[in-house]
Amino acid sequence: MALLNISKLSKEFGGLKAVSNFNMEINEGELIGLIGPNGAGKTTAFNLMTGVYEPTSGEMDFAGKSLLGLKPYQVTQRGIARTFQNIRLFADLSVLDNVKIAYHFHVKYGMLESVLRIGRYYAEEEEIEKKALECLNLFKLADRRDEIAKNLPYGEQRRLEIARALAAQPQLLLLDEPAAGMNPQETHQLMEMIRWIRDELKLTILLIEHDMSLVMGVCERIYVLDYGSIIAQGNPAEIRNNPRVIEAYLGEEVH
Amino acid sequence: MKGNVKQDILRLAASIGLYVLVMVLLEVGFIGAFWELNLVLICINIILAVSLNLITGFTGQFSIGHAGFMAVGAYMSAVFTVKLGLPFIVAIIAGAIAAAILGFAIGVPTLRLKGDYLAIATLGLGEIIRITILNIPYVGGASGLMGIPRFTNFTWAFFAMALTVFFIKNFINSSHGRACISIRENEIAAEAMGIDTTKYKVVAFTIGAAFAGVAGGLFSHYFYIAHPASFTFMKSFDILTMVVLGGMGSITGSITAAILLTFISAALASYPEWRMVVYSLLLIILMIYRPQGLFGNKELSLKVFGRILGGGKSGSAQHK
Repeated sequence: MALLNISKLSKEFGGLKAVSNFNMEINEGELIGLIGPNGAGKTTAFNLMTGVYEPTSGEMDFAGKSLLGLKPYQVTQRGIARTFQNIRLFADLSVLDNVKIAYHFHVKYGMLESVLRIGRYYAEEEEIEKKALECLNLFKLADRRDEIAKNLPYGEQRRLEIARALAAQPQLLLLDEPAAGMNPQETHQLMEMIRWIRDELKLTILLIEHDMSLVMGVCERIYVLDYGSIIAQGNPAEIRNNPRVIEAYLGEEVH
Repeated sequence: MKGNVKQDILRLAASIGLYVLVMVLLEVGFIGAFWELNLVLICINIILAVSLNLITGFTGQFSIGHAGFMAVGAYMSAVFTVKLGLPFIVAIIAGAIAAAILGFAIGVPTLRLKGDYLAIATLGLGEIIRITILNIPYVGGASGLMGIPRFTNFTWAFFAMALTVFFIKNFINSSHGRACISIRENEIAAEAMGIDTTKYKVVAFTIGAAFAGVAGGLFSHYFYIAHPASFTFMKSFDILTMVVLGGMGSITGSITAAILLTFISAALASYPEWRMVVYSLLLIILMIYRPQGLFGNKELSLKVFGRILGGGKSGSAQHK
């Protein structure tokens, strides 16, 4: 039983078919890449999975339950967390608060308890703080805890965004171009980190990426999207030699 | 966490100390009737500013209909005391509940709007509330509801204010409060982090409206009358000015600004035509030199004083 099962997913904007007949199957513990030329519909596919857009047709099942019709926050509560192509941190809040917010939907104390400071408030707040610090520790951001998020260097902002997504304690992590704007050295570190997250935290990861060295280096299976539909899938070696993929990226050979 | 409890007790002690001090000054006649009135007004304005700050400053939903909720509280509580003869405390609570219900009913449809659209919608709704009241003969129509007993005194106003500040401070410093702040910071990211943004916007709006209702009840029971002209959109702008001047997302900022602006109003009481000029000049200067407001989104605390004096360790003064 696959963790995420998408079949015949389509999204049309007016007459434009942004994604059509999109099929994908992700098993638990896999590290999957989704690649494709600019405008192929990768981010649209992500937005469909996370409830930002409603699909025109098709099915999506996560852990045996349909994701159709859920709002983004409900999708996250089901166990799918994501990062964004253009970083979306809570820019004016501290690094620690950014992570704390991701724990919110696990919090059990009610509003009255927080206002009157009774019941589970103190115990749970302490718990949140502890977990948030652990999470920052994993990502080597603990010494930055009081820094305002927007003042962090770019690479650390990316890291914080991933840390925040993991703080929501998902089963499936969606990374939208995590290496965008990074230099080769940072990309390499990121690659190590993604692999480490998967192995240590036993997560399933789906990532969109343009950086081929990263995708080929870290993903076990790759889906290639072009003009809204999957044109190929397979392991990195298969994808590298697939004529349709080469055509999509480099254009047809001149005869 | 334990530090927070200690700080809260200190704060409580400080506010009771302040209350005792003012009461003594009132008793010995050091503070005359005019300034007593202004002290009550300061408390009412602090309630209004802090509650609007929860909506506009912390949750980031630009609302300019706050006077409307104040009007609902003012009239509802007056009806309870004047027409039904119920005790003041019941009237205040009824006013708060009525304002909260209206806030909820208005919040659910309008909070789908963003930015300027929401501002215009709330501005309009505030006026609709006022004009509706204006046309209800039961509450006096255009001439206002008269003959309200003066139940509000400094004690009532002060403790209602303290309650409001503690309530909203505690709310903001909880996970629910952080959920509200995350909406201001980035709604899309908040949603992606599993936060039901619509719910928390409505919650903030409802709580803010409830406290505006409390302020309205205190207001009408201090000035013997509830009159529609007291709750025009100019009043909403007054409150918004306090929030912006103090800093969006700073409770202590709102308190400072409410005190400052009430004092300026009082000091200029003999030159009413200059009041608005000074107001606008103040705002223009502020927007040029300190667009984030007096305190930005920071809270004033002893830690900040420590830092200004050059001693204390740095660290965010926010969230305590």
